[in-house]
Amino acid sequence: MTLAAATNENLAEISNVLIYSAMAVYTLAFFAHIAEWIFGSRSKVSRTAAALTDKGTAGRQAPAVTVKSKGGTAVLERPQVVTRSASGTRDVPDGPGAHGGDEKGDLYGRIAVSLTVLAFLVEASGVLTRAWSVQRAPWGNMYEFNITFSTVAVGVYVTLLALKKNVRWLGLPLVTTVLLDLGLAVTVLYTASDQLVPALHSYWLWIHVSTAILCGAVFYVGAVGTLLYLFRDSYENKLANGGQPGRFATSVLERLPAAATLDKFSYRVNAAVFPLWTFTIIAGAIWAGDAWGRYWGWDPKETWSFITWVAYACYLHARATAGWKGRKAAYLALIAFGCWLFNYYGVNIFVSGKHSYAGV
Amino acid sequence: MSKTSQKQSTDVETHQETDPVGERARGAAPDEGDLDEAGSQLSTAPVETVVPGSFGGVRAPGAAGWLAWAWRETVGWTRWFWRQLTSMRVALILLFLLSLGAIPGSLIPQTGSDELKVQDFKAAHTTLGPIYEKLGLFNVYSSVWFSAIYILLFVSLIGCIVPRTWQFVGQLRGRPPGAPRRLTRLPAYATWRTEAEPEQVRAAALALLKKRRFRAHTAGDAVAAEKGFLREAGNLVFHIALIVMLIAFATGQLFKSEGGKLILEGDGFSNTLTQYDDFKSGSLFNSDDLAPFSFQLDDFVGTFERTGPNKGTARTFRADVTYSEGADGKEKKTSIEVNKPLEIDGSKVYLIGHGYAPVVTVRDGRGKVVFQQAVPLLPIDANITSTGAIKVLDGYADKNGKKEQLGFNAFFVPTFAGAGHGEMLSQFPELDFPVLALSAYHGSLGVDSGIPQNVYQLDTSKMKEFKDADGELLKKRLLPGETMKLPDGAGSITFEKDVKQWATFQISQQPGDGWALGGAIAAIAGLAGSLFIQRRRVWVRATTGNDGITVVEMAGLGRSESAKLPEELGDLAAVLYDKTPPAPDTGEPTPDPQAVPAEGAEKQ
Ligand code: HEM
Repeated sequence: MTLAAATNENLAEISNVLIYSAMAVYTLAFFAHIAEWIFGSRSKVSRTAAALTDKGTAGRQAPAVTVKSKGGTAVLERPQVVTRSASGTRDVPDGPGAHGGDEKGDLYGRIAVSLTVLAFLVEASGVLTRAWSVQRAPWGNMYEFNITFSTVAVGVYVTLLALKKNVRWLGLPLVTTVLLDLGLAVTVLYTASDQLVPALHSYWLWIHVSTAILCGAVFYVGAVGTLLYLFRDSYENKLANGGQPGRFATSVLERLPAAATLDKFSYRVNAAVFPLWTFTIIAGAIWAGDAWGRYWGWDPKETWSFITWVAYACYLHARATAGWKGRKAAYLALIAFGCWLFNYYGVNIFVSGKHSYAGV
Repeated sequence: MSKTSQKQSTDVETHQETDPVGERARGAAPDEGDLDEAGSQLSTAPVETVVPGSFGGVRAPGAAGWLAWAWRETVGWTRWFWRQLTSMRVALILLFLLSLGAIPGSLIPQTGSDELKVQDFKAAHTTLGPIYEKLGLFNVYSSVWFSAIYILLFVSLIGCIVPRTWQFVGQLRGRPPGAPRRLTRLPAYATWRTEAEPEQVRAAALALLKKRRFRAHTAGDAVAAEKGFLREAGNLVFHIALIVMLIAFATGQLFKSEGGKLILEGDGFSNTLTQYDDFKSGSLFNSDDLAPFSFQLDDFVGTFERTGPNKGTARTFRADVTYSEGADGKEKKTSIEVNKPLEIDGSKVYLIGHGYAPVVTVRDGRGKVVFQQAVPLLPIDANITSTGAIKVLDGYADKNGKKEQLGFNAFFVPTFAGAGHGEMLSQFPELDFPVLALSAYHGSLGVDSGIPQNVYQLDTSKMKEFKDADGELLKKRLLPGETMKLPDGAGSITFEKDVKQWATFQISQQPGDGWALGGAIAAIAGLAGSLFIQRRRVWVRATTGNDGITVVEMAGLGRSESAKLPEELGDLAAVLYDKTPPAPDTGEPTPDPQAVPAEGAEKQ
């Protein structure tokens, strides 16, 4: 009995060490990203402006016949598919990425990504040992919620990278916020590892909270995309109207993907996770039905989940309505994420309700 | 070689030279109408249209004229209002209002969840309180304005769903529109030259697309195909499921019942109205609706953390019960936990709270037992310091033989800190060192006055204190087994070496749960279909080029731009390409520099 307790305390101790180590590695990743941005800035390719202004020559040719014969190889020959944007959207190529085509920049970028993956593994083991130390899902209080949340957010990013998606531009903002999140977790929110009160004892905890965390992480990634979209879109607008953005803005924004790409990215991310968020709320309602004898009681946490859900529904509707695409929809997406954030931090800190037994 | 196909291929060539990006970006294409046609009916989302407000025109003189005018105006405005209400824009605004409207309820105390907090708030804010009250801010979710928002939203939803469903049925019966003239203008495009005849290509394309479960047909020189109708179906299912859920919740509210019952270990309960301690129900509830069942509390188990910073925090709560369904069903054993209610015949039994009930024995002056019961006391803190009253209603007579009632104020701690260690407050929730403190009264308990009485409180207005030797109120702290003697041979009260536990249960019944859950599952499924499935069209055109060689053109169009579309087109093209032997390479224009390989490695 006491032996077990001691083991658990040891594990909790190891978990803390791992979390601190992860923070150290994230910090290194952060500097590597900064290096990538700095070295990348030397190349001054203004592809956007070119695409937007050189109307006569920059247009691509429509293909007539695009089959190349690969003599003698067994590789399946395929006609090439030409894609084009729908009319009314700007046809702007994506930026080259933070390294800006610079080899040294790219090297730092790759280092940053490797460090991020390493930090992710370390942090994930920190979360797992924590879970082990308490013999339950590591989501009993705000500290655990925070460390799990940042792990999952980085996990989403790493997964997208592994799927060969063009998401390296997410690296710097993500690592920066993960550091802030972890800093907050280990200082303000730290709670010694402990068991759960009976109300939290349920397999719905696993289902409801794990999906909630995953949704939050994905919504977060979407929100970063949306925010960058807004910047990049202003930049492109300015260029299209013959304006000259500042040097810093040019240097940074030129390297990001095109506004249309960012917009599509965040839409896809948000849309993909919306059904899961719906499920999270329903699972929560089922759990509340079991735990508190009512499915829905307009408890602050429930209310804000609902608000968040409706706000994202609003965003999806806006995307389906002609006059609301683009920037207006992007603002809605940010508002919706703001609601999620408030639900996560604000409600626990400022409002008291049935959910507020969890450490803070 | 037909005339149209010749024109087609020239079109393609001129198009190459005269379609710079800039022009496309401005959307100033000459044959946009043709493209609109190709994309028409790809969804059932309502199109934003401007409808004028007044429909009056001229009013003819006389009453008849006025009537005709009024009729026209009314119909016109009603239609206008209906179109507005069922437009996507208004749905958007209403949705936004719904989330905005839900906010105050999370920040201002609500009568529904915490009546006491509302009282405090009103006391603290004397000017704001009444204003909030008027605005319904203490019960936002049942207020007029909040209801107005969601009722309008659901009217809008129904008004939107019905025409969309019809439209969708129409689309299911119809056929995808024929190929637009310039396939090159579509989001994904591929072309090659082949030795096969155009008819052969079309036949192969039709077979291929049908095999891939496209709805395909040949129209003119091209095959037109469409897939992904489940997207629309999913969307409709989702919106209909929202309506089902709302109706289920509404029925639940109207027919629900909810009651509380405190049960001692060893005691039972049967589900009839009279057995409840408190009971409330929806406005259409009928007491015959109560499901017939009964259960008995065999044992209550509560364990608590013994060490560490969270000492005293509850670790398990479990009520072991024996229950039987129906009037005289078979007995079954089970346990109810905080997260695990017992479901019997549509009712749910929740474990809500627990506490202690010390067993006391009261004797009269001659030593006759007049009262022997476990008396449930109410916890007032987390360590289960409890208070209550012991009421001896009848059977007692004083030493002169006069009938009288006895009352005791009781104060109980499961773990006493020890004499001289501060107040009589419990140190721990389990029965480590139980102490019962009593003070004694006699006279009339006032229970016959007809006013409902709180069983946990003693009304001493018609009672006299028993006095101790100093003339003070008689009181004493008892350990298990100890007895407090009442003065002048008036009898005694004993704290037996037995403390029972009790548990409170909430028994609720809410019809419509099943429908709500079904609706929720359907909503998620529909949503997934609606968001993950692409509705898209593919055209394959085969014509004979100027040099007599067959030119195959393939193009795809989706509701929104997606990376999957070119990928899928590439797949289809590869298969079709295999079936149509390529024409020899002869001085073709070089491939487009930005052309994307069909393998699916296109930019995201
Ligand atoms: C009760 C509140 C409502 C909620 C929570 C809601 C939610 C949603 C969601 C999440 C979507 C996204 C699915 C998708 O993009 O395919 C959607 C699509 C859609 N909604 Fe709603 N909706 C509501 C009310 C309405 C109303 C009142 C209308 C009609 C006026 C409407 C019309 C549509 C249409 C046409 C689409 C499909 C857009 C498309 O095809 O992309 N909805 N809705």
